[in-house]
Amino acid sequence: MLKYLLEKEFKQFFRNKALPKMAVIMPFMAILIFPLVANFEIKNISLAVVDNDKSSTSRELIQKVAAGGYFSISEVASTYTHALRSVELDKSDIIMEIPAHLERDLQREGSSEILISANAVSATKGGLGSAYLAGIIGDFNKEINGNISTVVADSFTITPRFWYNPRLLYTYFMVPALMVMVLAMVCGFLPALNIVGEKESGTIEQINVTPVTRLSFILSKLLPYWIIGFVVLTISFFAAWIAYGLTPAGNLGTIYLFAALFVLAFSGFGLVISNYATTLQQAMFMMFFFVLTFIFMSGLYTPVANMPRWAQNLSIISPLKYIIIVLRQVYLKGSTFTELLTPFWMLTAFAIFFNGWAVLSYRKKS
Amino acid sequence: MKVIEVENLTKRFGIFTAVDNISFSVERGEIFGFLGANGAGKTTAMKMLCGLLRPSAGKGSVAGFDINRDSDKIKAAIGYMSQKFALYEDLKVWENIRLYAGIYGVPEREAARRTDALLEELGLSHEKESLVKSLPLGWRQKLAFSVSIFHRPGIVFLDEPTGGVDPVTRRQFWEMIYKASESGITVFVTTHYMDEAEYCNRVSIMVDGRIAALDSPALLKKEYGAESMDDVFRRLARKSVNGGL
Repeated sequence: MLKYLLEKEFKQFFRNKALPKMAVIMPFMAILIFPLVANFEIKNISLAVVDNDKSSTSRELIQKVAAGGYFSISEVASTYTHALRSVELDKSDIIMEIPAHLERDLQREGSSEILISANAVSATKGGLGSAYLAGIIGDFNKEINGNISTVVADSFTITPRFWYNPRLLYTYFMVPALMVMVLAMVCGFLPALNIVGEKESGTIEQINVTPVTRLSFILSKLLPYWIIGFVVLTISFFAAWIAYGLTPAGNLGTIYLFAALFVLAFSGFGLVISNYATTLQQAMFMMFFFVLTFIFMSGLYTPVANMPRWAQNLSIISPLKYIIIVLRQVYLKGSTFTELLTPFWMLTAFAIFFNGWAVLSYRKKS
Repeated sequence: MKVIEVENLTKRFGIFTAVDNISFSVERGEIFGFLGANGAGKTTAMKMLCGLLRPSAGKGSVAGFDINRDSDKIKAAIGYMSQKFALYEDLKVWENIRLYAGIYGVPEREAARRTDALLEELGLSHEKESLVKSLPLGWRQKLAFSVSIFHRPGIVFLDEPTGGVDPVTRRQFWEMIYKASESGITVFVTTHYMDEAEYCNRVSIMVDGRIAALDSPALLKKEYGAESMDDVFRRLARKSVNGGL
């Protein structure tokens, strides 16, 4: 019986105009394009400079800031008020105000204060921009101290490197997590929407009066998308390898094992949604609501450790969190199964919870 | 022999009683018409017989199986064609037949043979490879009916099978029903076309969840002194507190 149902699902999938193409395009989009556009690297920060000192030191500092590649001087203002006006007009993102007597204070007292104020409407740009700027100023500070103490170049060795290569690291950080997103879409969304689609068209009623058991019906919906999900995941591995030379530092088998567990859990979640939704519109809306919550709680964009305590506690309900941890760990750190026991048990718990709920809430008759 | 027997069957949705304490039975090979205005409760009653809805009270058996306990066995023994069009539009004609044949456990070779014979009979042989959505509605309905009795069930339930179909096709559809009945399949059909009621061996007319009348069309017309089933129906439906017509 299952054989005929599976045959039907595959025929319908491949006969669909959009789905097979989407399934191939999606991993490429996710791996090749999203990391480039969804990127926290901050470039071209417009800087308004207020130089109240106009000494050689202050000029040197401004030059150093401008030469770094991250800042472009958008305005040289005579007063802080003027600089602020330029921020209000959106011409500048950050103001650097150099106090009068910077050079003198540095020489006499060995210290001075530079004011950085940032437009934090885009908190990331403001925050990272001012951190970059503080870093450059810090470097500059070391150089001056070096000059003052007249120590020659060899003690002028390497300072701890503030400037990582943000782009490279961020891509490596994002790619494994994006693979999870693709998997969640294919194995969570598609079967759920498929079932609700059958509710809407009325064909499910016909199936319900046949001897098809609920288990075979559900398996006929899940199995095809599990297979497609794994094909898509494998395409993602290749895409990441070709595009970024990124291969898992750990065992590929570990990834597949955890992916299987996650897929089981997440398609169970999809089934729960499909049991409660009677129209595609409802199903879509519920899916988006929960999936967005899961994503933001998952640490995909922002590390879970950065969240407030209550949000960290809440993040345990996101199955995405655990699989993202696993993929990042295995891909980047080469973690082995024994180091991933927490995610393993959590994903197992999710799989049991969602699928149990799905079976209990599915009713062939009411 | 009775293939459907129902006693005091009731279905309540909250405070609304959709089916109110109905009792009737259907003989093997009969064409049993189940009439009623929209909302009179006929679809609800039929769904309980097919194991799609759980009765709130009462008992009954279909094909010898208890409707409260053995709904899975009932499902294997009956055919069903719903009001909504229920074939898969994105599957081809033969693929739909193959799917349902497979579900009911018709052996593959036997199914292939019967498929060709069926399409021949329907005059659809040239459409075997067509997607169902490319067929006109009347043909789809005929195909859906044929699919519902493809596994040769003892009883077939038809829920307003001719809705939205032109008179010529309806006529042909009823010829198919007669043929099925001759081959020994009991036909349980809901409709609100009163001319179709005349084709049934016996009809029951539901008003507000109750069976208001049950007999052969000829006897009903005599009893109510009516010209046609349409008249009989109007007289009964006028009593409806829900408005009926």
